[in-house]
Amino acid sequence: MNLFLETLIGGLLAGTMYSLVAIGFVLIYKASGVFNFAQGSILLFAALTFVTLLEKGLPFVAALAVTIAILILGAIVIERTVLRPLANRSPMTLFMATLGLSYVVEGAAQGIMGAQVHALDLGIEDVPIFLGDVLISQFDLVAATTAVALALILALLFNNTRIGISLRAVADDTRAALSVGINLNRIWQIVWAVAGIVGLVAGMLWGARQGIQFSLSLVVLKALPVLIIGGFTSIGGAIAGGLIVGAAENLAETYVGPYIGGGITPWFPYFLAIAFLYIRPAGLFGERALERV
Amino acid sequence: MSQTLSNPPLVSRGVAPVTRLAPVALPGPRLGLGLPALLLLAFGVVPQLGGEYWLGAILVPFLILSLAGLGLNLLTGYAGQTSLGSGGFMAVGAFATFGFVVHGGLPLPLAIFLAGLVTAGAGLVFGLPSDRIKGFYLMVSSLAAQFFFEWLFQKFPWFYNYGSSGTITLPRLELFGFDIGSAQGRYYVTLSTVVLLTWIAVSLTRSQIGRNWMAVRDMDTAAAVIGIPVYRSKVVAFAVSSFYLGIAGALWAFLYLGSASVQSFGISRSFQVLFIIIIGGMGSIAGNFIGAAFISLLPLAIDHIAQGFFAGHVDAGLLQNIQKAIFGLLIIGFLIKEPDGLARLLRTLGERLSNWPLRF
Amino acid sequence: MSIPATHAASPSAPPLLDVRGVSLSFKGVKAISDLSFSVARGEICALIGPNGAGKSSLLNVLNGVYVADAGEVVFQGEHFRQIEPIDAARRGIARTFQNNALFRKMSTLDNVLTGLARHTRSGLLSQALRLPGARREEARLREKAEAILDFLDLQAYRDFTVGSLAYGIQKRIELARALVSSPTLLLLDEPLAGMNAREKAEMSAFVRDINRDLGITVVLIEHDVGIVLSLSDHVVVLDYGRKIGDGAPDAVKSDAAVISAYLGAVH
Repeated sequence: MNLFLETLIGGLLAGTMYSLVAIGFVLIYKASGVFNFAQGSILLFAALTFVTLLEKGLPFVAALAVTIAILILGAIVIERTVLRPLANRSPMTLFMATLGLSYVVEGAAQGIMGAQVHALDLGIEDVPIFLGDVLISQFDLVAATTAVALALILALLFNNTRIGISLRAVADDTRAALSVGINLNRIWQIVWAVAGIVGLVAGMLWGARQGIQFSLSLVVLKALPVLIIGGFTSIGGAIAGGLIVGAAENLAETYVGPYIGGGITPWFPYFLAIAFLYIRPAGLFGERALERV
Repeated sequence: MSQTLSNPPLVSRGVAPVTRLAPVALPGPRLGLGLPALLLLAFGVVPQLGGEYWLGAILVPFLILSLAGLGLNLLTGYAGQTSLGSGGFMAVGAFATFGFVVHGGLPLPLAIFLAGLVTAGAGLVFGLPSDRIKGFYLMVSSLAAQFFFEWLFQKFPWFYNYGSSGTITLPRLELFGFDIGSAQGRYYVTLSTVVLLTWIAVSLTRSQIGRNWMAVRDMDTAAAVIGIPVYRSKVVAFAVSSFYLGIAGALWAFLYLGSASVQSFGISRSFQVLFIIIIGGMGSIAGNFIGAAFISLLPLAIDHIAQGFFAGHVDAGLLQNIQKAIFGLLIIGFLIKEPDGLARLLRTLGERLSNWPLRF
Repeated sequence: MSIPATHAASPSAPPLLDVRGVSLSFKGVKAISDLSFSVARGEICALIGPNGAGKSSLLNVLNGVYVADAGEVVFQGEHFRQIEPIDAARRGIARTFQNNALFRKMSTLDNVLTGLARHTRSGLLSQALRLPGARREEARLREKAEAILDFLDLQAYRDFTVGSLAYGIQKRIELARALVSSPTLLLLDEPLAGMNAREKAEMSAFVRDINRDLGITVVLIEHDVGIVLSLSDHVVVLDYGRKIGDGAPDAVKSDAAVISAYLGAVH
């Protein structure tokens, strides 16, 4: 029973990291209908920029501020040079453009800042603690709390600020939003910047644990099953999806893995997502548009 | 197309962009004398002129990548189904070929052909969800294939015959008793295979099956209404596409690399094949060759330029990242300026040139 | 309120299509309520009514794109509570769409050829290797498609991608694609929409030819009342998903309920 609980809790906590990555996706998807494959490379870029600035001797807060400024600038550049010229194109074209974008961002990040692994110390002790008689990673606990806090802040922002309301209007009915004078380009810039900042947080947490390196950008691939299970349009769904994937893959690895050779976490979430799609084609929280002919 | 995603808040929803351009004529089905000339060049002239390096290290991989592009293009460019699993299916082809030769004792050509069929079967299985899953969602199925096969061929030593490093190698490349290990031999075998499979692909795209694929791609609801078996068309596209990818994988492992492992067919291979068809042109046969040529030659060109400018002072890692960024920029540039790829660009250019004195 | 139908065919012959008590709703909003009418073999039946009356939804039920909540459709004596689009096509129900549903990147000829998908017999291998059987079949299909292109005067656009052609031409290509499969019943969703007077006249002449020369039963949705009255044998009037009129064009024209709901509002 303890093993089960430990596996489950460990998986749930790790799942919050997937949730963080997925939230960045959902924001962009909601505002612009773009399936942003570059989210992973933006995460890498953000974390790499931050750690490089730290290594150059900048204080923590200054490094954070400069990184965020760069991410905002990057969002504006991406909106101007990629999204605007591709407005009105098919979702598939936009997806492929972000695939290209991910190459540019990765190439630039590693070309400028190097490809070596950077250690990042956030001052969180990674000593396991006992909760009752269940062993839990303290680091995971901090990371999970951060993820949940971030999601709450985002939810509050989107429900209570002008920008948030505009964003929801755009997501709901783009043309109606345009007709009441909402500046779509500005919305896109903001959303990409926010997604970048979410990526930075995820990148810092993830990077603190396994080092900041190229493989960080691959977490984008894990976000796909998370999004499919949670739905592309719901932040709550992204969180739930992350938790489900985290818990399920951990449980599967522990209980099924040994029978088939182990190491099944790279592919297990995708099969899980396919199974989910059969049961709920639009994910747990997503709504499916009616097909009109 | 078939993206029925939940609530895509696109600006253009519901308003089809009205084309106010001149009607576009599709190219005629014949290349005239161009094709025989091209074949003569490829079979007769190139092997005489090209040295060991050009044949074995440039042209063989170029041809195999063209073939892989062709496989993905049938699925994505013609049938409109997205896939990020090309690398995984290439791995199936390579490891199945190895299995048929080593465990089954079959001759190489038969082993490769059967490996193609095995890969087709694998593709069919991972295409099965396409009745319920559409658009981006379907990507999850191809990624499942990619990571599952990477895991499978690494985890179970039977697939690489219990070698220590997990690599697969064939002792001697033989075709009907002839040694084809030389660069020229490998070039000829690759070229012949690619030509044959290209001819079949052209036949398919011009048949009812090909038209059904394109109909499903352009509008699947309408396709069902006019009596096209949509699901079967998709599954067949997955199978045929995987057949091509499987053979490309086998050639890549044994005729180009010589010895391969799962790492030769990772997710970055899938991206590479996808980039070939984006740059070359989705829904174009010639585009695969153009895209593959581009993707094979660009790194050489960048290398050359960097050597020329900086006299070898550029770090190899940096160069790789520059290459990567340039690829990304090109992808974005193509999608913005020429969504139909280099194939269309070259055709437009050709048409303008032929009208040159009148208008350019 | 409804007027007894006066069908073209003899009253004793069973109708080709019989819609019985069909209801359809989207998320609680009724699009069609308890609708019944029948279409005789060989007639042109027009569905008219204001926007949102449920006309297109009805066509979508008839060929299986939507599934009705209640009621059934009887086609050639077969009863359907629900039908898959492909089965509807196999039974000879063809249709065109309100906003063209052509395959935009394919040529005119290829679009028309897709209409013959369900007549193709040769398999994957024989098409891939261009075996003689597949070649003969392809030639036969092409001949048929060419004949339809001739019939609808579309040869000039044969090799152009349809996405780049004018709207009126696209409507005609869509008609060709529906027609090439030799359907028994042709459902046309606003075939004259967005056309100028000359194009409308041409298109109605084509519809009449299709009905008279090829003997195909037609159910069409149209807003131009003048054309509806001159073209059709039988008119069904819908308003808010209910039938408010059903009969010969002249009889429907003079019905008070129909005039107040629809005709009066237009003229």
